[in-house]
Amino acid sequence: MQTLSFEFPAGQPARGRALVGCVGSGDLEVLLEPGTAGTLAIQVVTSVNGSAARWQQLFERLLRAQQLPALNIAIHDFGATPGVVRLRLEQGLEELNHA
Amino acid sequence: MHDANIQRLLQQRSFTELGARQRARALLDAGSFRELLDPFARLESPWLARQGIVPQADDGVVVAKGLLDGQPAVIIAIEGAFQGGSLGEVGGAKIAGALELAAADNRHGIPTRAVLLLETGGVRLQEANLGLAAIAEIQAAIVELRQYQPVIGLVAGPVGCFGGMSIAAGLCSYLLVTREARLGLNGPQVIEQEAGIDEYDSRDRPFIWSLTGGEQRHASGLVDGYVADDVEQIRGQLLALFAKGKPALERSRRHAWFLERLQGVDTSVQADAAAVRSTYQGEQP
Repeated sequence: MQTLSFEFPAGQPARGRALVGCVGSGDLEVLLEPGTAGTLAIQVVTSVNGSAARWQQLFERLLRAQQLPALNIAIHDFGATPGVVRLRLEQGLEELNHA
Repeated sequence: MHDANIQRLLQQRSFTELGARQRARALLDAGSFRELLDPFARLESPWLARQGIVPQADDGVVVAKGLLDGQPAVIIAIEGAFQGGSLGEVGGAKIAGALELAAADNRHGIPTRAVLLLETGGVRLQEANLGLAAIAEIQAAIVELRQYQPVIGLVAGPVGCFGGMSIAAGLCSYLLVTREARLGLNGPQVIEQEAGIDEYDSRDRPFIWSLTGGEQRHASGLVDGYVADDVEQIRGQLLALFAKGKPALERSRRHAWFLERLQGVDTSVQADAAAVRSTYQGEQP
């Protein structure tokens, strides 16, 4: 198990909060909450050691297409593949828009 | 006929495919769902991370207050996908606390009733004694609350209900199961390990379900309702059981009758589903 922290530039704080997923086999839990203006802070607790570079690239790819609001994102990962992680993040962001 | 089947399947809304939070939300009256100690309260297990296991923000237990057919209710749902629905210190305390609050409500004239959505392998081995202590508190709280209102346990599947929490299930006023459900003190792998593969093959799924599955438990009179995996039907059965009020005598208080039946079992022959059913059949007090 490993705990990783990431920070990226962001917009204004998000309005609501959202929870998606579950810490089940091959899945992850994502909690999204309003953060400090200008900062997207992500903390990842993952069962897979040595995966920092993969997470970094995954977040960079997600942010290439869109600017996110300022959020504190907490991820509890139980061995999800990058595809599942991406889907869960997109799902969480969509839920924020409906919150 | 073909079209009718398709229509039926399209109208069915699976309950077992829902997560714990979705299950609680689906059963409560629309718009009444309110979660206590939700995941953003960050009340997670302090023990799992120290053992290299990723925790979950709600520790795998959802406590939802709301209305059930207009009546105050608490639905306690265990998330089977997180650590096999195992109960540790935090999740166990959430359940016990929610049941104790419901009993306090009743003492103050608020007729809060409880539904337990049981999807659990029992105690979380990583939190051994703390989990066991929590389960003891849950059992005491069920016994306290059932004096006021029916406490209904629902085992929907796919995890089933085992270990100390199967005893908690046995203490409920009423139990409801689906075909997918299993209910037993020890799980199949534990029995196989103790009794040998010749007696109990944990990989033989038809055999396992024939002895501990929902249909068998219902036919043996060990549960009160057998229901299809459908949100509306499950909700309907729950309401029907609540409408019956408290049972005249809880199943757990009929222990003498059960012990007598069990003492008559011939353990030199391998038990099968029919033998178990006939053991439990007969005039019940």
